Amino acid sequence: MKKSDSSEQRSNRKWHLTSEDMWGYAFIAVAMIVFCVFTVYPVFSAFVTSFHKYKPLGSIFVGVENYQNTFTNRLFYKAIWNTLVYTIFTVPFSLCISFVVAVLVLPFKKKVQSLFKSMYYLPAVASGVALSVVWLWIYDPLPTGLLNSLLAKFGLGNVNWLGSSSTAMFSLILMALLAGHGTQIIIYLAALLGVPSSLFEAADLDGATFLQKLWFIVIPLVKPTTLFLLVTGVIGSFQVFMNAYMMTGGGPDNATTMVGLLIFNNAFKYSDYGLACAQALILAVVIALVSLVQFKLMGEDVEY
Amino acid sequence: MTGLYSQHLNRPWLRRMRNAVIAVFLLLLAVATLFPIYYMIVSSFGPPVEAGGASYSLFPSSFSLESYKFFFDFSPYSGRWLLNSLIVGVFTVLGNVIFASLAGYAFAKIRFKGKRFLFFALLSAMMIPYQVTQVPLYMLMVNNLHMDNTYAALVAPTFVTAYNVFLCKQFMSSLPTEIIECAKIEGCNQMQIYWRIILPLSKTVLAVMAILTFMSSWNNFFWPFLMTSKDYMQTIQVGLKTFKFANTTYFAPMMAGATISALPMFILFFSLQKYFLEGVTIGAVKG
Repeated sequence: MKKSDSSEQRSNRKWHLTSEDMWGYAFIAVAMIVFCVFTVYPVFSAFVTSFHKYKPLGSIFVGVENYQNTFTNRLFYKAIWNTLVYTIFTVPFSLCISFVVAVLVLPFKKKVQSLFKSMYYLPAVASGVALSVVWLWIYDPLPTGLLNSLLAKFGLGNVNWLGSSSTAMFSLILMALLAGHGTQIIIYLAALLGVPSSLFEAADLDGATFLQKLWFIVIPLVKPTTLFLLVTGVIGSFQVFMNAYMMTGGGPDNATTMVGLLIFNNAFKYSDYGLACAQALILAVVIALVSLVQFKLMGEDVEY
Repeated sequence: MTGLYSQHLNRPWLRRMRNAVIAVFLLLLAVATLFPIYYMIVSSFGPPVEAGGASYSLFPSSFSLESYKFFFDFSPYSGRWLLNSLIVGVFTVLGNVIFASLAGYAFAKIRFKGKRFLFFALLSAMMIPYQVTQVPLYMLMVNNLHMDNTYAALVAPTFVTAYNVFLCKQFMSSLPTEIIECAKIEGCNQMQIYWRIILPLSKTVLAVMAILTFMSSWNNFFWPFLMTSKDYMQTIQVGLKTFKFANTTYFAPMMAGATISALPMFILFFSLQKYFLEGVTIGAVKG
């Protein structure tokens, strides 16, 4: 666009570029190049790849076979199911915890609030790899393991946390719930501080109780924040990869294989790029649909 | 202070009691949140023996740096992993601060043809899960361009992120257009306006962006993991994973490795807390 020659400019007013246009294009040039090469191209390439069977010396067009294989594969459904279970148990719970904590932090002075914010946020600063390594040892299956020795103090038996298919998923969920809600608490707190105090004064005049104020004023007013956290939380949860990869490898018996890990394995363990791309695109569509449903269900009276 | 807590305002002792109960609860939760980090740091000072013989104590029974030595002795490149993370982080931050702010300014204040369409296209990029782009990008980098195990490959995909362009655009839209118009009348061109007016006014938001970008680059695992088959090009996160899978039974050294990977971020966090905490809400509350 930048190089449209002058004769063309004169012949067609619509394509005449002012200096303002040129500055605009120049300023966004690098961002758009990065965007085209690392987002636009891969999306199209993923689409094309998903209709091929990858071979090192030239891929073969196989039509919708990768999609067919995906939808007839029991492991795919299991991975979807695991992802759903993980999402349902982590996202709403951690939203509730974050909301309650944010409300409880509210009566304190600014300095104390910042202190709590920092403490809750700290784990978010550490990498997922580091946290996975630490939790791996907290879940040590030996009786000397940290969590097991804690259970023993209460007279409870030894648990093979990550090694048994009945507790592995629970362990990953527990870790997600305990590993910190710093980001969500801080975002909720900012939203709570934004609720106009005149509303509370009016409610006080009407003799509203604390819980009534919470239910009729706070919760409706922070709804946009809840929606934002819900949508981003679900999107993140659908793509979760690190904990399963680092801690269980998807096992035992695929009890913790989630879609993110399944796609990774298909692509980089079995080099079945076509299948991986097909599944990634299905995941993208599912995420888009789920987000849309959440906006429809919750967003009716939310303005953006 | 908001009026959500209006009870007991005239009974100070009751209010203090209530706040004390809340504070105890919040502190307990903070202990649970911080515990894994505490455990990681304390255990990293244990001796580097296999786990069968190690005791899991919550308090340091001995203090030795042997496990750190064990971690660094594991690979001749362990020191370089940290350096690689630093290099990748610095270039990613530079790219984003310079080019995301330029693009953000253009989208916020410059009128050019196709602006709305291009911005919308860029925004839609944020909705695409990374799994979709990773496989084609991997094939492009490794099979076609043979760029794996280079810094360029590690930095390039996040050199300017759509999210950062969006952040800059949001902030710069809130700057008064009058200043820019004045500067134009004075004879400034867009580059001068950007350099002399917009950048100085956006210092805070750019600082927040730089810090968050550096953190996500430092903690990024997936892409560096795909791009670095050679030990000497791995970042610290990938290196930690390599160490973890190679020494599955060495408890204290693994904790030392985890501490090493997290410590620079902790230091950064404690010295620049304000920016970190501001950064969390910057993209969220402004709907």
